Order: sequence, then structure tokens, then C-alpha cells
Amino acid sequence: MNFFYHTGRYFTLLYQVFSRPEKHRVYVRKLFREIESLGLNSIGIVVIISLFMGGIITLQVAYNLTNPLFPSYLIGLGNRDTLILEFSSTIMGLIMAGKIGSNITSEIGSMRVTEQIDSLQIMGVNPASYLILPKIVAVVFIFPFLFILSVFFGLIGGLIVGPAVGAVTAPDYINGIQYLFTPYYVTFSLIKTLFFGFLVASVPAYFGYYVKGGAFEVGAASTKAVVNTNILILVFDLILTQILFT
Amino acid sequence: MIVIESISKSFDDKKVLSNISAQFLKGQTNLIIGRSGSGKTVLLKSIVGLHEVDEGQVFYDDRDFTSMKPKERKKLRQEMGMLFQGGALFDSLTVEENVRFPLDMFADQTTEEKKKRVDFCLDRVNIEKANHLFPSEISGGMQKRVAIARAIALSPKYLFCDEPNSGLDPETALVIDELIHEITVDLNMTTIINTHDMNSVMEIGDKILFISGGEMGWEGTKHEILKTDNQKLNEFVFANKQYRQIRDARIENKD
Ligand SMILES: Nc1ncnc2c1ncn2[C@@H]1O[C@H](COP(=O)(O)OP(=O)(O)O)[C@@H](O)[C@H]1O
Ligand SMILES: [Mg+2]
Repeated sequence: MNFFYHTGRYFTLLYQVFSRPEKHRVYVRKLFREIESLGLNSIGIVVIISLFMGGIITLQVAYNLTNPLFPSYLIGLGNRDTLILEFSSTIMGLIMAGKIGSNITSEIGSMRVTEQIDSLQIMGVNPASYLILPKIVAVVFIFPFLFILSVFFGLIGGLIVGPAVGAVTAPDYINGIQYLFTPYYVTFSLIKTLFFGFLVASVPAYFGYYVKGGAFEVGAASTKAVVNTNILILVFDLILTQILFT
Repeated sequence: MIVIESISKSFDDKKVLSNISAQFLKGQTNLIIGRSGSGKTVLLKSIVGLHEVDEGQVFYDDRDFTSMKPKERKKLRQEMGMLFQGGALFDSLTVEENVRFPLDMFADQTTEEKKKRVDFCLDRVNIEKANHLFPSEISGGMQKRVAIARAIALSPKYLFCDEPNSGLDPETALVIDELIHEITVDLNMTTIINTHDMNSVMEIGDKILFISGGEMGWEGTKHEILKTDNQKLNEFVFANKQYRQIRDARIENKD
């Protein structure tokens, strides 16, 4: 069975990843590099996408509230809760699986097919731990911040677009995003981002680590990694929503 | 000295190596030769433990590598250096960082001592003024030399080279071969080299193991290889016109 084969090998790999590192100093240095290349370099795209999506969600809510009896603060509230509950956590996770995930698979996969991983192993370095652990730690660490950033800029997006097209006044919108605020929604989503961060780093790393062949196979593995990470994110979203809301 | 005894290795149902035994001597360049696809890389990787053998044993100076626990193997690995077919330099690190990498990982040295060692190794392989370049910025021959420098950074007892001069022009290939031979003698290492290049065989073939279709074909030295009557080895050796001429000249001389 393919599914059991991959699951088994994935957990075997994770076991190697979390065994004791050789030299802590080397790992810490590598961790900072990863935070920079995987995390900080994702800020731009998160800001842009969140600004647009915040604006679009605000318009969608406004144009669908045609009944004059509905209070206009529902527009800000609708944008806020959509961002917090699903967009900035789950959808952002899916987008990051595409950006960060494909990067991780192609980097590790290229190292595999050019024998750089063999090269680490022959030196007596644990390649799984050396290559993958800093990536997992970096992504899990950075994801909650990207989430907060996304919510923030999504709200700003609504604030810019809503009043600009006359869908809602700025005071109504600002009133709306403060109305009936449920802090638990944020906690819930922060917990989700930790899981998603782990998936976005570890699943693509797995697909890269076991590549066989050459450039063609690395490309194919990247695609497979992104698709599988996306499916897993949605499965976990479903499970976590069920667990954390009941 | 490295001794292998009756090594066999299959992938799924495909038998790649069957029952190979040999001794590789210290202070010498030991060659594994054979056509492409004959199993040279798999044999070398089986010797160093990058592939697990199905049957047989590998001994490093009487230490049984095959039955070692991962921890013991890791320790022995610090006595090994390996040069991979494509060089396998870490492309996110500079030339200098590549050579320093094993030192950072395993040596308890000060920054200055490491710097000295890195300079020594790079100097040994005649690399100058390339310390801060990345692997993608230097030629294939230089990449091979940097890879050799990295392989010898921790003064290994055992050196493994997989097709060290593939992809190089004949002149550069010769330089690399001679370099490996010199270093082997200097550091008194046990060196095993995979090659299908007859020029290398005649230059540095202190000891030669010929494999064909994953089976032992012939063992000997570069002095014996042109005189063999092994059918398969003859096909391999004399596929090259130059060596056919040498043989034919000798036969004529005898007449
Ligand atoms: N990881 C592997 N899985 C399956 N087959 C392999 C693997 N590595 C090598 N082979 C097969 O083993 C045979 C010998 O390959 P190799 O040792 O690379 O030859 P070469 O002598 O050119 O180095 C080839 O037929 C190759 O297809
Ligand atoms: Mg080969």
C-alpha cells in the first residue's frame, strides 16, 4: 500500500530529523539562515495577498448585505472573522505550501540527486537532521507571525477598499472590526498555524529527501509535495476545527 | 587496508553485485574498473555503507564495518573522505566554507587553526584566490580539486573517488589523477578509485579490480593488464585504439 509505505517512511525520517544534532553552533547558524530565507522572504507576498483579500472579502460582505435592516458593522466583523478563522491561517498555509514547500523539495531534492546528501552522510553528519530540522523549526516559528501579519494587513485592505468604493464608511468599518471580538478565534488559529507550519516544512522535505533520478524527478517531486501538503492542511483544518470547537 | 568479502547487492529483484571479494592496499591507488553500468558506483557505495550490502562483509583495517552500529560507523566515517562523481560540493557554501565544513562539524579547533588547515588543503590541490567563490562560479576541474581538499580536510585514512575525471578534458583529468596518487602516497591512505578511463588505469593503476556485469572479472596491476587473455577485459581495454596499437606493436616485435 502506497499510503502506508509513505507514512511509515515519513515517520522514520522524522525520527532521524529529531535525533541529537552534531554541533549545536552550526545548527543555530543554519536556523537563522532558514528563518531569513523561508520566513522573512515570505513577508512581501503575505502582505500583498492579505491586502487584496481583505479588500475583496469586505466588498463581498458589503454587496451581499443588501437588506437595509442589517447593521453596517457586520461588514468589518465579517472581514475580521473570515481572516482570523480561515483566510490568514488555512488559505495562507496553502499559499505558503506552494511557495516555501516547493522551495524545500527542490533544494533538498537537488542535493539528493547531486550526491550532496551522500556527501554529508559519508562525513558522519546526520543529513536528515542537519538539513531538515532547521527548516522545520524556522517555519513553525515564523508561521504565527505571518498569520498575525496577514490578519493585520487584511483588515487594512478592507479599510482602504471599503470606504474607497463607498461600500462602508471608515467609522462603521472600524467599529465593525472591534464588534463581538472573540479572542478564542485567534488562539484557535494560532494553534492551527503551528500544525500547518510543521506540515509545510516536513512533508516537502520528505518528498525531496527521497528523490531518485535527476532534474525531471525533482520537478515532479515538488509538484507532488505541494499537492500532498495542501491535502494534509485541509484534513488537519477539518480535524482541528472539530476538536477545538466542541 | 580495506578487505571486502563476498559482497552481493540487489535492488528489488535486480542483482547488481554478486559475490565480490578483494583487498585494497594502503598507500596505493586501488582501481575498480569496468564499463558504465557494471556496478562500480554501487560497489563503492556498498563499501562505504551508503548502500547496505545483502551479503558479505567489509573490513577497515580488521574492523568489521558491516556489523557496526550506526554510532560506531559514524565515528569510523571521520576517517573516510569521498570524492563524488559530480564533486557534490555544497552549493550554498563558498569554496572555503566547503573545505571548512568537516572541521566545523568534527574538529575541536580554533577559528585560526581551521583557517590554517583550510589554506593548507586548498594549497595542496593548487587552488588559489578562489576562497570566496561559490561552486557554480568555478570550473569542473576546480570543483573536483576543491572536493578533494574537502575530502582530506580531516586527514582521512581512507579515500574514495567515484569517476574522479569524468567530465574533464584529458589534460585536467591527468592532473587530477596524479594529484590523487600523490596525496595517497603522502598521507599513506588506502585509496579506492572507480574509473572507466584507460588513461587513468595506465597512470595510477597500482592495483586493479575489473568488474563486469556485477561480477569479479580480473585482478592485477597496470603492468599486467595489457597482457591478459581475459576475454571481457580485453574488450574493455582494447576498445581504445591507442592501447590496441600498443598491443599490436608488441606482437609485431615478438615476431
Ligand atoms: N539505487 C538504485 N536502485 C536500483 N538500481 C540501481 C541503483 N543504483 C544503481 N542501480 C543499477 O545498478 C547497475 C550498476 O550501476 P552503477 O554502479 O551506477 O554502474 P557504474 O559502473 O556505471 O557506476 C545499473 O544497472 C543501475 O541501473
Ligand atoms: Mg558510476
